Amino acid sequence: MNMEAFLNHLVAKYNFWLYIILMMIGLYAMIAKNNLIKKLVGMNIFQTAIILFYVSIGSKRGGTIPILEHVSGGAQHAIDPANYVNPLPHVLMLTAIVVSVSTFGVALALAIKIYQRYKTLEEDEILTRIRES
Amino acid sequence: MILSGGLLLYATKDFPSWGDPTSPASTHVSPRYLKKSLEETRVPNVVTSILADYRGYDTMFETTVIFCAGVACFMLLRTFEKRETDHYYRHVPTGITIHIKGQREIPIESKEFEKIDAIWTPYDLIINTVSRFLVPFIQLFALYVIAHGHHSPGGGFQGGVILGASMIVLAIAFNLRTAVRRLGERIDSIMSALGVFIYSGIGALCVLLGANFLDYKALAQILPIDRVAARSDGILGVEIGVGIAVMAVMICVYNNVASEGRYDEGL
Amino acid sequence: MIWQLDLAILTLLIVCAVAAISVKDLLATAILFGAYSFMMCLLWSIMAAVDVAFTEASVGAGVSTVFFVAAVFRTTRRTKD
Repeated sequence: MNMEAFLNHLVAKYNFWLYIILMMIGLYAMIAKNNLIKKLVGMNIFQTAIILFYVSIGSKRGGTIPILEHVSGGAQHAIDPANYVNPLPHVLMLTAIVVSVSTFGVALALAIKIYQRYKTLEEDEILTRIRES
Repeated sequence: MILSGGLLLYATKDFPSWGDPTSPASTHVSPRYLKKSLEETRVPNVVTSILADYRGYDTMFETTVIFCAGVACFMLLRTFEKRETDHYYRHVPTGITIHIKGQREIPIESKEFEKIDAIWTPYDLIINTVSRFLVPFIQLFALYVIAHGHHSPGGGFQGGVILGASMIVLAIAFNLRTAVRRLGERIDSIMSALGVFIYSGIGALCVLLGANFLDYKALAQILPIDRVAARSDGILGVEIGVGIAVMAVMICVYNNVASEGRYDEGL
Repeated sequence: MIWQLDLAILTLLIVCAVAAISVKDLLATAILFGAYSFMMCLLWSIMAAVDVAFTEASVGAGVSTVFFVAAVFRTTRRTKD
């Protein structure tokens, strides 16, 4: 009985588990890697995994893209929202992608500044050089 | 990390199945947006109409965030000191390269000598001609994406990124100084502020005409069209503002990152 | 939403992500990161999120990879881990 419920969960929600694995990969890279740019890549993987999760919430089985059919200049047939994919998460995630690319640009500028000052990008070497000076 | 992953996996037990039409995300507000978008704003692309009209306040702050990122990159990296390497010049008619040691520039400025980067790749005919030929088409496509955002996927942000990418193509195929000569630093900064200004300007214009902030129905009082079409044109004006701001910021960030703020050499 | 295609691209995505943080050359990280972004774009196209896919294609495979390569060009290319 418990195994059956578990298998039901697995088949219906396997994609959520894969998204969570992706998030954990990003989190691991942010925490455990030494190089600053690898940490940046981990942060971006984390962000895009969360965006993927949100967009997948809005999808419907058998739904089509959220652009309404347009009968120009005449009566339009009634629009049934159940046929269209939910557009609200798409809008929020557009803003999230924009913020993600802005953060990436500023973080790269910071990394270049750090390299100019300490001549390395590894975190432990930067810490020793800070302690020495 | 394993602990947080385990907790998240346990939380998926309560999730609705994938693709369920009755999940809570799809039942409260979004059916109203889907039903009413065509008759209230005459814009078939529901994502654009939500982004620029129903949730236009968020998009204004998103444009401000992009502008702040451009300003932050500029303030972090821009310096005015010269690079401490030797200078290389090339005599154009004969192709001879002159290497001037120290940091002195060439004594006599004339049109025959052009400055080249220290890590110079030879003049490549195919890349130069093709990129110079392609850039107007890329920009035309970007303008199409901005303007046709009502009926097809696209909109202001995507078109702005493609416009910025067209200038970056020019900077990569030739050198950075050519691209900076085309679109200088001063015009770039003015354009990025102009994009945000257009967005909030349209919102303030709606307040001046008597309606709420960013309520495009009030624009029908100054433009000779009816109230529904005024919303569609308000969305178009806002998308143009977003596109200009995004293009300027992409070019500014690339210039600062690729040349470490000195604007003399690039990728 | 064909679930076989979805599963295949998701698996490829996870492989790309793990590879992008494990290689020792930062330029290879930049290229793998561009491939990761492109896989994301395909995934969203399958889920009928065309606006998001368009944005990710233009931003991820266009501008973000160029920024990354420019930054790697200005700092070092090797990394120790």
